[in-house]
Amino acid sequence: MSDFPILSILIFLPIAGALLLALIPGQRVPTDRLFAWVPGDQQARAKWLALVVSAATLVISLVLFIDFDHGRPGFQYTDTFTWIDADDVGFTVRYAFGLDGLSAPLVLLTTFLTTVAVLISWRIDLRPKEYFAWLLVLETSVLGVFTALDLLVFFLFWELELIPMFLLISTWGHGDRRHYSAIKFVLYTVFGSAFMLVGFLILGAEAGSFDMRDIRGADLAGAVLPLQAVFAFILIAFAVKLPVVPLHTWLPDAHTDAPTAVSVLLAGVLLKMGGYGVLRLLFTLMPDVGADADLALAIIAAVSIVYGAIITIRQTDLKRLVAYSSVSHMGFVLLGVSALGVTGLSGAAMQLVTHGLITGLLFVVVGLVYDRTHTREIADMRGMAHYMPLLAAATVFAGFASLGLPALAGFVAEITIFLGAFAQHEAPTAVALLGVLLAAGYMLYALQRTMFGPRDERWSHLPDIGAWWETAPIAALVAAIVLLGVYPSIVMDLFEAAVAPIADGLALAADSAEAAVSGGA
Amino acid sequence: MLGETNLLGPQLVLMCAGAFLLIADLFIKRRGLLAGTAAAAVLGSVAYSAILLADGKVGREAFDGVLVFDHFALFFQFLLAGAALVTIAASWETLSRIPSRRGEYLALILFSVTGLMLLAGTRDLIGIFVALELTSLSQYVLVGFHKDRLGSEAGLKYLLLGAVASAVLLYGMAMLLGLTGSTNLPEIAAAIAGSGDGQFEALTFAAVFLIAGFGFKAAVAPFQMWVPDVYTGAPTAIAAFLSVASKAAAFAVLIRVFFEALGDDLLSADWSTIFAILAALSMFVGNVLAIQQSNIKRMLAYSSVAQAGTVLIGLAAISAGRGELLGASGILFYLAGYTVSNLAAFLIVIVVHEKIGSFQIDDYRGLGRRAPLLAGVLALALISLTGLPPTAGFFGKLYLFDTAIQSGLAWLAVIGVVNTAISAAYYIRPIKAMFIDEPAGELARPIPSSWLPSPPLAATLALTAAGVLVIGLVPGLIIDVAEEAVGVLLF
Repeated sequence: MSDFPILSILIFLPIAGALLLALIPGQRVPTDRLFAWVPGDQQARAKWLALVVSAATLVISLVLFIDFDHGRPGFQYTDTFTWIDADDVGFTVRYAFGLDGLSAPLVLLTTFLTTVAVLISWRIDLRPKEYFAWLLVLETSVLGVFTALDLLVFFLFWELELIPMFLLISTWGHGDRRHYSAIKFVLYTVFGSAFMLVGFLILGAEAGSFDMRDIRGADLAGAVLPLQAVFAFILIAFAVKLPVVPLHTWLPDAHTDAPTAVSVLLAGVLLKMGGYGVLRLLFTLMPDVGADADLALAIIAAVSIVYGAIITIRQTDLKRLVAYSSVSHMGFVLLGVSALGVTGLSGAAMQLVTHGLITGLLFVVVGLVYDRTHTREIADMRGMAHYMPLLAAATVFAGFASLGLPALAGFVAEITIFLGAFAQHEAPTAVALLGVLLAAGYMLYALQRTMFGPRDERWSHLPDIGAWWETAPIAALVAAIVLLGVYPSIVMDLFEAAVAPIADGLALAADSAEAAVSGGA
Repeated sequence: MLGETNLLGPQLVLMCAGAFLLIADLFIKRRGLLAGTAAAAVLGSVAYSAILLADGKVGREAFDGVLVFDHFALFFQFLLAGAALVTIAASWETLSRIPSRRGEYLALILFSVTGLMLLAGTRDLIGIFVALELTSLSQYVLVGFHKDRLGSEAGLKYLLLGAVASAVLLYGMAMLLGLTGSTNLPEIAAAIAGSGDGQFEALTFAAVFLIAGFGFKAAVAPFQMWVPDVYTGAPTAIAAFLSVASKAAAFAVLIRVFFEALGDDLLSADWSTIFAILAALSMFVGNVLAIQQSNIKRMLAYSSVAQAGTVLIGLAAISAGRGELLGASGILFYLAGYTVSNLAAFLIVIVVHEKIGSFQIDDYRGLGRRAPLLAGVLALALISLTGLPPTAGFFGKLYLFDTAIQSGLAWLAVIGVVNTAISAAYYIRPIKAMFIDEPAGELARPIPSSWLPSPPLAATLALTAAGVLVIGLVPGLIIDVAEEAVGVLLF
């Protein structure tokens, strides 16, 4: 399948599905005949079409994941052609996509969680076809970010994600503050990515190309601004997305007000774009600066982890609690990255995947609880396990996975990160360890208050999960978390191979910096 | 003798049609016929240009260099003709309200376009001034065409301030003539090159006056005070015309004068800094003031000031060697994208005003449900003006910021991106109103089928919306043309 544009098909299949969804007739529209053979009303057609498209995307990405050649370094399935050719003025944009060991698991995570998101939205009744269409547009934009090889194409997909997210949160979200939250999300992201764009343009102008493969290895010393500034500019965008304290305040708002499926995608894949960007762009393209910035990053990470965890303990809203725990957990990604070595970097990449699965599951179960109780206040809930044993079991499982129980996915990632980071930065890592302790605290405390305890007759009428669209995604997520917990090497091997060149570049940069220092002395 | 006059053909077609419309107004009453004549004249002018192009006349000069027919002029002739066509179509409803003055209105649009085309196609200070007055005088009348309170205020304000700007401009031109002894741009450049550094301060002084004069036309801060009132009072179609055509031509002439006459290395370093400061100022002023507007016309007025600031980045980006070519082609490319985006936005404003009689952003609530296509096009246009993919504005901004960075103006690019973030705060508001806010009362009612825009409007709407997407998806087309167009500036 050398020349077959399988990656382009994967990326654009969801958006094609979204266009098809838009054609589903409301009433009295000419396209009615086109869909006459599909049974059911508009809602049924929309959700089935969305499911088929997202499942097809999942299958393609699964095939790519299995077919991926582990032994070969560099990008595979590359799709490249020159999109804008203004070479004489140094403005050439290449439509370039590729998959490597770093992006392949994240692509699979994206398609998997999108399918989960479609299923978990099965009961949506407000303008369903638009809802599913935007969900699929979101999938395309995230897939584009994870596979783009040209900085400007990367940026294009990065920005594209704003439009569906804005509409999804503010139209289908909960609560009176959803408009505020949606706009806050957009402004934070636009602010961050604006600086990222300047960074990209500086890199591209200096290297003479926006292709990551060309920029890596180009001599960037003569750039308009010092590379440290470029690094900081780009880091702002990723720090907003990751998110890192103090740029995190959009996250709890967006999560609290977003519909369940959007929360799943937001925590599961959108935050991952930040971590992916740090690994793929900052550390790959500017290893010199990255090697110098390690201590600063480690301190920021430790602050994020501990501050996020402390704030989490104080939350009274179950969904907000999960949202804040994400701030803490994503801090681990930065901590792993700051370790610079293969262990830390691959642990950070692993954390992207495991946090995506675990927090995805947490948001799914919290959303299902909310659908039944119509409250997210922890104080209102009590003894859910008596009435909804299955849902409670899934919640407890997700909570344990989140606090890093061994044999589950989260443990693998966190232990790897700590192993890598402790060797490099003892003090920040020791502080960050507090985060794990606190995580056990807030998670167990929340579980104990909501799921266990005496029966509460108010909730006695609540049905347990039973519908296939509820159980299937939960079962799939649980299976994935266990699988990665007991057999992490299916993705860990990929990550280790993919981050090895990054780690080499960082080591080289650190060595040459040391040599310069000792030579100077 | 047709020889030299032949090159003036595209403009002559418009002038003749304008004169004809003035007279025809007396006995032709049907607006379709009158507007059709005007549109046909614009198309005829385009066809004439195309024939000249095919005939290999590109690069010729006429009337001792006053008129020049090159790729640069041609680019703007096509752009302005497109803007004029859209303006004529957008005036469809306005025309029904001025039964006795239709010919006048259309003729003035044609005269104004003629002037703008001449601005882009002249290489002589006198030619520039005459063209500028031709277009300005027509526009003063057009702005005040609705003889109501707001319209008269707008017309008078535009006239008075415009006259001052013209005087300032003329003063700068006179200084330039006195210093160099010529009104011909290339000759001025030659005189400057041969004169040494002695006149440096005086030349900079002249440049400042020129910038102020043209800056008024382009609606660049701090010469933007007239913009919100004039846009509000003028017929909306005319406001749209001012915001794209007038601005584009002003930038065309700025590029001509500053690249061809004042392109000297020392001098250009100086005015490049002035442009950079004005760019930053315009972006901040326009964007910050736009945030507070509740009237969409005023919001678009302030946004056009900010957009002019973005375009100025291209003029500032000249010093670093090949940045010269890059900055100018960036301006042309950006203007093409801005023209389609802004026209699409104004067209929707016109259609919506026809139906609900309001320019208030709050009254756009529920439009996404009542008229999804119209709301979709407005959203697309605003997304493009913000500079988000997959639209023309995205690549336009990208290209201009890239020119700034390649020219060593990283700080200006940073200000540009910060302003992009600020502008998102107000461009998002109509989108939020249309698609998110729950409409109440009258606004919640489903719309009758008569809500469809009239055929000319619908057609131009489709064209501009398609333009926004096509330039956004295959920007290479316009970039190539823009590069060829600015190639003539380097010799």
